[in-house]
Amino acid sequence: MNDAVEILLVEDDPRDVQLTLRALQAENVQNQIEVARDGEEALDFLFRRGIHSGRSPDHPPKLVLLDLKLPKVDGLQVLKEIKASPECHAIPVVILTSSGEQRDLVESYKLGVNSYIQKPVDIAQFRQTIKTLGLYWLVVNRPPPNKTFHEGPREPGL
Amino acid sequence: MLKLRDYSITKKLTWMNMLVSGAALLLACAAFVVYELTTFRAAMLRNLSTQAQIVGANSVSALLFHDPQAAENTLSALRAAPAILFGGVYAKDGRPLAMYWRDRGGPALPLPAIPAGQMETHWFTDQELILVRSILFQDKLTGMVYIRSDLREMTNRLTRYASIVAGVFLVSLFAALLVSSIFRRIAAQPIVRLAEIARIVSREKKYSVRAPATGNRDEIAVLIDAFNEMLAQIQARDGALETARVELEERVQQRTAELEAMNKELEAFTYSVAHDLRAPLRHIQGFSDALVEDYGPRLDAAGKGILQEIADSTQFMGRLIGDLLALAHVGRQEPQLQLAGLHSLAQEVLRDLKHETDGRNIEWRVGGLPFVDCDPGLMKQVFYNLLSNAAKYTRPRNPAIIEIGSTSVNGRGAIFVRDNGVGFNMKYSDKLFGVFQRLHRREDFEGTGVGLATVQRIIHKHGGQIWAEAEIEKGATFFFTLETLETKAPQEETRTFALKGEHG
Repeated sequence: MNDAVEILLVEDDPRDVQLTLRALQAENVQNQIEVARDGEEALDFLFRRGIHSGRSPDHPPKLVLLDLKLPKVDGLQVLKEIKASPECHAIPVVILTSSGEQRDLVESYKLGVNSYIQKPVDIAQFRQTIKTLGLYWLVVNRPPPNKTFHEGPREPGL
Repeated sequence: MLKLRDYSITKKLTWMNMLVSGAALLLACAAFVVYELTTFRAAMLRNLSTQAQIVGANSVSALLFHDPQAAENTLSALRAAPAILFGGVYAKDGRPLAMYWRDRGGPALPLPAIPAGQMETHWFTDQELILVRSILFQDKLTGMVYIRSDLREMTNRLTRYASIVAGVFLVSLFAALLVSSIFRRIAAQPIVRLAEIARIVSREKKYSVRAPATGNRDEIAVLIDAFNEMLAQIQARDGALETARVELEERVQQRTAELEAMNKELEAFTYSVAHDLRAPLRHIQGFSDALVEDYGPRLDAAGKGILQEIADSTQFMGRLIGDLLALAHVGRQEPQLQLAGLHSLAQEVLRDLKHETDGRNIEWRVGGLPFVDCDPGLMKQVFYNLLSNAAKYTRPRNPAIIEIGSTSVNGRGAIFVRDNGVGFNMKYSDKLFGVFQRLHRREDFEGTGVGLATVQRIIHKHGGQIWAEAEIEKGATFFFTLETLETKAPQEETRTFALKGEHG
């Protein structure tokens, strides 16, 4: 398993996974993408549990792309646990969902999401959005330094 | 002036009593007076006749011996009867022998003749009773007595009688009034009370009141019982009706709630179906793209043509889903009303549309639009759908003329959007606002058939109406009203706002 994961893609629909990966291919980050097919698997990966228990804590993903409708543990719950954990709260989380529901938006931002993107219906726009997203978070944006993850949040419980 | 038949029953009864007793009394009094008059006249006549006989008897010797002095003495005895005006003793040839005048002296009055074969004759004039009597001596006519008596005594007596009768009449009438008032209380009062209650019932529609029972067993009691029975029946029927109404209302409310729930469910269904259709659609598009990208060089023109058809179909389905979602969205949310200038909303929409219709010759005419309470986002959607429709169906026109403004229809304020486009046949106007209903072929004018349905739903949510007038090849005009349009459309404000909208 490659520890230098850049993106954790949490998405249950295999076709969406395939198309997202295709879109990201243009950014040449395909090899550093980990795909989790449900909320539980995503949490196992982030908190190094189950099959991911052997993963090094020194290479957290630079970005989590999170769908909201997920089997087992839903996206909002995953987001909540990430943002509440001293270990992972600093990882940028981007919600990538087809839901435009007001309450999903409100709830996501309340839980501290870094960005909320509604999947465009049109495939051209979808690809453009994924491209922009990858470019922004992996190239333009400066990720938090590694030590951030060991210090934990300033005000625990937030 | 009230006629007798319009009088209240109490008055009628009183009048009846008074008239009956008055008439009876009047008859009785009249009979009494007539009887008294007759009796008195007879008595008077008898009296005068007696006096004439006395005078006659006492005057026989004076007549025989032709002694006027003696006769005068006899006559002077008449002074005892003050009613006698004149008395005279006449010889059998009619020459006066002696006379008596009560008040004055005077010549002897000529002697009226006694009809043959009679001893005596008499008659009444207006004021006098006149009597002439033969004086007989040994059955032979010796002379005549002539007496006139005035009727003053009788008149006086009759006057006295009349006043007594009048007094009795009045007292009796008063007594009758008293008696009738007692009877009235017994007979008329229950009817009066019944009438009052009937009035209350008909005026206040209060069927719970009852007429009080009289305790008697007459026709009025029967009437009151029947009336009360009728009231009870009405009350029962009224109650049943009210219960039925309440039940009906409850049922209507229940049905409405069920319908609303069903409607919500349907909208939620539409929303989730449309929503869930998006992912597979995106996949079809995505994999079509992937096919072109990865295998494009190995596809011939026919294969590429098929892929283009797939791309077009998916694009159209995408629009369809988007429009359906918008329609479901409108159905799911209540409009958030706030005061907004329709003019500036229309201008915002126009900016987008001008961009979209770049290269076409379209003359946009925007008239004065009011300032109303509405959901600005939804109203923008209304303008967008109507104006983009107008732009679409004027595509064959050069120049296309699209006009938006406010007008008045049947006294109500209305907004209109008019174009000089291809129009439509009014025979299909009922299909205009139906979901998926289209009046044009897709190859002529693209569209999903959801846009006008969305517009109608938004207008209905604003308590308004929407309709269209059109003629084939001559353009179409869409009109809509809003519930808030009539009450809050101050023209001055509209104008200033419109100006502000244009300059700002």
